[in-house]
Amino acid sequence: MKKKKTIIKPQKTFSFDDIREIWAYKDLLYYFTWRDIKVRYKQTAIGVLWALIQPVSTMIIFSVVFGNFAKIPSDGIPYPIFVYTGLLLWQFFSSSLGAVTSCLVGNQSIITKVYFPRLIIPLSATLTNLVDFAIASVILIIMMFYYGYVPNLLGILILPLLVLISFLAAFGIGLFFASLNVRYRDVRYALPFVMRIMMYVTPVIYPASMVGKYSKILAINPMTGVIKAARAALLGNAPINWLLLIISTAACMILVFFGLIYFKKTERIFADIV
Amino acid sequence: MTTPIIKINNISKKYDITHQQGGYVALRDVITNAFKNPLKFAKHKAKKVLGRISKEEFWALKDINLTINKGEVIGIIGSNGAGKSTLLKILSQITFPTTGEIEINGRVASLLEVGTGFHPELTGRENIFLNGAIIGMTTKEIIKKFDQIIEFAGVQKFIDTPVKRYSSGMYVRLAFSVAAHMEPDVLLVDEVLAVGDTAFQKKCLGKMDEVTKTAGRTILFVSHNMEAVKNLCHKCVLLENGEIKMFDETEKVITRYLQNNPLTQDNTLKKRRDRKGGEKIRLTSFHVEDHDGKKVDAIRFGGKYSFCFGYESLDNQPINNLGCAFSINKDSNQLVFNWTKHTKQSFDAPPKGILKCQLKQKMPLGEGLYDLAVNLWAGDERVDYIHNLLTFEIKKGDFYNNGVYIKSPVHLEQDWSLNTG
Repeated sequence: MKKKKTIIKPQKTFSFDDIREIWAYKDLLYYFTWRDIKVRYKQTAIGVLWALIQPVSTMIIFSVVFGNFAKIPSDGIPYPIFVYTGLLLWQFFSSSLGAVTSCLVGNQSIITKVYFPRLIIPLSATLTNLVDFAIASVILIIMMFYYGYVPNLLGILILPLLVLISFLAAFGIGLFFASLNVRYRDVRYALPFVMRIMMYVTPVIYPASMVGKYSKILAINPMTGVIKAARAALLGNAPINWLLLIISTAACMILVFFGLIYFKKTERIFADIV
Repeated sequence: MTTPIIKINNISKKYDITHQQGGYVALRDVITNAFKNPLKFAKHKAKKVLGRISKEEFWALKDINLTINKGEVIGIIGSNGAGKSTLLKILSQITFPTTGEIEINGRVASLLEVGTGFHPELTGRENIFLNGAIIGMTTKEIIKKFDQIIEFAGVQKFIDTPVKRYSSGMYVRLAFSVAAHMEPDVLLVDEVLAVGDTAFQKKCLGKMDEVTKTAGRTILFVSHNMEAVKNLCHKCVLLENGEIKMFDETEKVITRYLQNNPLTQDNTLKKRRDRKGGEKIRLTSFHVEDHDGKKVDAIRFGGKYSFCFGYESLDNQPINNLGCAFSINKDSNQLVFNWTKHTKQSFDAPPKGILKCQLKQKMPLGEGLYDLAVNLWAGDERVDYIHNLLTFEIKKGDFYNNGVYIKSPVHLEQDWSLNTG
């Protein structure tokens, strides 16, 4: 076996060694994710169906309230499928962000007892939600059949990229909140409230075309570009806005970068203050 | 040939006590405080900004230098709060040192607790894989060792049962078994053998012994169990207040350690960090008196004693319904005396003082090492708690003052009478 050499020093910043280390611990990443999925639906009667119930029921309520009563326009697309496309990505983003924020505190008994690259925990928290996202996507496919939408080839190719952007955005912001949450537990209480506001400034229940000239500002919120592009790709209501998507990608890269720096900076005191 | 596998250079670790006190800071508390007492709050904030509040610093470790060779089994002993666990936590990279550097040549695994990450809902089989991965084994290794692990733990029948249905003994056996089958170059062990029954403890010690002898593994072993240290370790480190006092052959170090009498040592309770609470009211000292009120330096089987607990209220306010309760463990794992809420007496107490508990009976506990855990209550709220306040020795004693030294783990004073007819 290869000899491993460890140097323990007071300071530690983010470096490519971290990525190598995470790779070495990939089994653990798998087990953490597997544990969370397994435990989540254990001792529930309908199990994994819960991953469907939440987005579907929200979609129905929104369709009735915003589509039928408030008559919010939806670029000529049937409102249920319009809102479900947005909701699906939004809920992936928001529940991942919530999970990442509380992941360090939730795993404190492990953090204070054994060493492993700490980044594994937020990574697995996001991956767990990716599985729920995949399950809920089945409904979208069914709806597309029902309403007779056929995505174009480019649309299908761009989808993984959109999921990746959402993933990184949740992960990046989450790293920042997770580190903050170790010190100030207020974050956990403030987050759901902030997320609710965020949902209304993201074009989930209304089309981005409604916002008009402010849409460039909205694009800094990475989820705006993602949801717009997803609708364009799947439902073909508008051409894909590449500029918007590039802004979103850049914004999310910056978030991940600063999230990582802040996470690594506070990492060494997690065990002391958690 | 001996080669250093661990080189510790000038390691120190500092904690800010003010930082630790609040448990965790919530904005909510800050706001309620501000409303309750706006003047005081403003003054406090101003002082904080100006840097007038001196943060209490606490050096858990000071300038530790140590070189350990491959294949050595080193015991780390010392009284509570001496820095043993902090040293192990730094070596296992859970927390980082404030200064200094450590070089380790090889794969390190730490066992600060058995069953880290065990999830009650998962089955034994699933937990073996999860726990194995957490302590740094790869899936391949776990699969290779799987049969050995369940055999050593003796849980074959229940391997597909969720561990929440396991007895506590089975749980611990399975957890230790996973840890015992990993193959690191350096193994760090902290007090984990304090759990489980004696038979299993022996089995674990045997396993660890076997592992070092055959595989040439290096082990650092923290324990209060002097027997285990003696059996397992060639050499020992004695830590005292964060410094290495001695590093020598096990026998010599243990002798030296036992000469230190915790009952007469200066009480450093005020600064102890291994407490739960202590924000408003804190335990500050502990000593033992005889019934004439004189401090004693040794406790004997059959003697009459009072336990005295010093406390203080940090905001200098009188305390309503202050009460104290304690429990005693033998050999750090066997509960021999426990507090109950019903025996708790409480007092409306001044901000600072000593709560004295006179033991009515003669000391009924026999020769041995005991740990004391103490709870401090104000009304129904537990304000301070130190789990491992100190380890003390009860020496053999002449129970009835008749020259006979009774040899039993407990003795109850008796009064016999004869009823006829």
